[in-house]
Amino acid sequence: MTQPETLSVELAVSSCRVWRRGTGRKLGFLAGFGGLPRWMPVLDRLAAQRQLIVPSLPGFPGAEGFRSLDTHLDWLLAVHDLLQQSGLDGADLVASSVGAAFAAEMAALWPSSVRRLVLIAPFGLFDEAEPPADPWAVRPADQGALFCADPARWAELKALPEGANSIEWPIIQNRANEAAARAFWPLGNTRLERRLGRITAPTLLLWGAEDRVMPRPYAQRFAAALGGPSEIRIIDGAGHLAELDRPDAVAEAALAWTA
Amino acid sequence: MKLMWFHLMPYTELPDDFRERHPSVWVDIHSSLFDPKRAHVMYNEFMDELEYAATCGFDAICVNEHHSNGYGLMPSPNLIATALARRTTDTALCVLGNSLALYNPPTRVAEEFAMIDCISGGRLIAGFPVGTPMDTCYAYGQNPSMLRERYLEAHDLVVRAWTERETFAFNGRFNQQRYVNIWPRPVQTPHPPIWIPGGGSVETWQWCAEMDYVYCYLSYYGYKAGRATMQGFWDEMARLGKDRNPYRAGFLQFIGVAETRAKAMELYRGPAEYFYGRCLHVDPRFATPPGYVTEATQRAGLESQVQKAANANPVLGSTTGTRMQAVAREMEDIVDRGYVIVGSPDEVVAQLSEVATELNVGHLMLLLQFGNMGKELAQYNTRLFAETVMPRMKGLFSEWEDRWWPQPMARETRVTPAAFHPGALAAE
Repeated sequence: MTQPETLSVELAVSSCRVWRRGTGRKLGFLAGFGGLPRWMPVLDRLAAQRQLIVPSLPGFPGAEGFRSLDTHLDWLLAVHDLLQQSGLDGADLVASSVGAAFAAEMAALWPSSVRRLVLIAPFGLFDEAEPPADPWAVRPADQGALFCADPARWAELKALPEGANSIEWPIIQNRANEAAARAFWPLGNTRLERRLGRITAPTLLLWGAEDRVMPRPYAQRFAAALGGPSEIRIIDGAGHLAELDRPDAVAEAALAWTA
Repeated sequence: MKLMWFHLMPYTELPDDFRERHPSVWVDIHSSLFDPKRAHVMYNEFMDELEYAATCGFDAICVNEHHSNGYGLMPSPNLIATALARRTTDTALCVLGNSLALYNPPTRVAEEFAMIDCISGGRLIAGFPVGTPMDTCYAYGQNPSMLRERYLEAHDLVVRAWTERETFAFNGRFNQQRYVNIWPRPVQTPHPPIWIPGGGSVETWQWCAEMDYVYCYLSYYGYKAGRATMQGFWDEMARLGKDRNPYRAGFLQFIGVAETRAKAMELYRGPAEYFYGRCLHVDPRFATPPGYVTEATQRAGLESQVQKAANANPVLGSTTGTRMQAVAREMEDIVDRGYVIVGSPDEVVAQLSEVATELNVGHLMLLLQFGNMGKELAQYNTRLFAETVMPRMKGLFSEWEDRWWPQPMARETRVTPAAFHPGALAAE
């Protein structure tokens, strides 16, 4: 893995890290729960064929500020500004988990800002009959097994890099969990369902076959409510963060959908 | 010094195999374990115990707020305090307290506390905890990332509601009200004394110093574990140029007194092991919602772990739930670690005086009922303490003024509630 070019976008709420790598048509990537404390293999696969742009959402690793975002509208405008300033206006978007909920919102509110959409097990909906797992009521030692089919993938993502500050590193990881909580506490329900009908961008819904956070029927709920064409694809051997468990399969599906 | 009698109101009939069969005493404790008809008895006995403590001469009786909790049956301590106001005369009523961010609008707290202050003739101590993660974030669904900001704003609103004479509009970040004008208003001026129960966070200490509020460390782990926290508090007061008036602080301590140490060990073993074994059995999933502990406090906790300094504060960066994981659950350990001070009157006086002076705490909140202790034993413990320990401790800190104690109406201007005589009318 080679390191990407690192840029920065200044929002009122935060300075946000933006990774860029590869050439060709632009493709945006928004990370899922926990964010991107380090570069990861799925990004290599995507950047091999496209100009990949990876902005960090406020509060997630690479973007410290988020505590002035009080309402859902505050969040949506911040994410919109971030994508615009990262040069992603009108581009294809691949997004996972909490990031996928925001990507869906962008496509609903600003339809021309997103060309084609790949959503990996998005947050945003809640069905009492089949509630998602509570991602904030889990012991640290059990997080890996909740988010990934193979807990080792999560451990690799979150491991302290050589030479990193051992005090600040865990605080950054906690901050990512807090940022997700600030936007999605307590149920993950942002009433996104009411806006899904506005999404006309063709949407691929990717779901890990072993997702232990978002039950599989949520894929059908999304597909049924979307205003444009959609397709559901199940990724075998993958958990909630399917891009961590199966980077090749996720990248292949995403690249094909946005070709 | 002030000796205050504190009740948590624990459900006293959790099964023997509670820890093995149930994941948590808090948040998702199963409803099948709660028998309302038994709770009828418990509530009434607990209130008898609180009233008895007032009769025995304790300076205050104290209640607190918990939700979905098998060891704390007071979602609304205000209900209990109001009932106590009618059945006591001079004892201070310490509600420790209302978790401000949980009330919508927070003026509800200003109103209810004003009611208690009026009914009691100005005997209320108004406690404002942030609240534990289990109560606030899980049981009450508050966003942990906004909890403290909401708490601080609610505090500002409540204090303004108590003190402003004219109807005003409150244009807060989280609370907006066009017409704030509470009726009733508190007896005490400018308002009842405000006490802040908190963990060991530097921000809380600084805020208490800035606002001139009492800081209370309500730990279940006694004076040995509390030493580092109180040391941190006093160091911070010194750094901020505040005096060492012991009445700036409150501290919670479990006590079991009997004629002899051997008898005390025998009498209090069951209740102590019930409390530390069953009542503090909290699922660690609910310990640390992200954002509940501020980054400054996380950093301080991580730094002290890294340094492994002799004075490292084990509380910094931890929460109520995380601390409960490492608790001792057998009587000998419980006593060794100082969770419960157990002994003869002489031994209790010696240890408790040491606690008060070493921690420099002028408000001791004493748990003389704990776990599944029945009314008879609770009253024995209370009476023996009042008769044999209290008189020998009262003189401590007499050189300091307690500026944080309620200022009730003059005795002769306060009413005595009429006694209740059911059927009296029919008999006339």
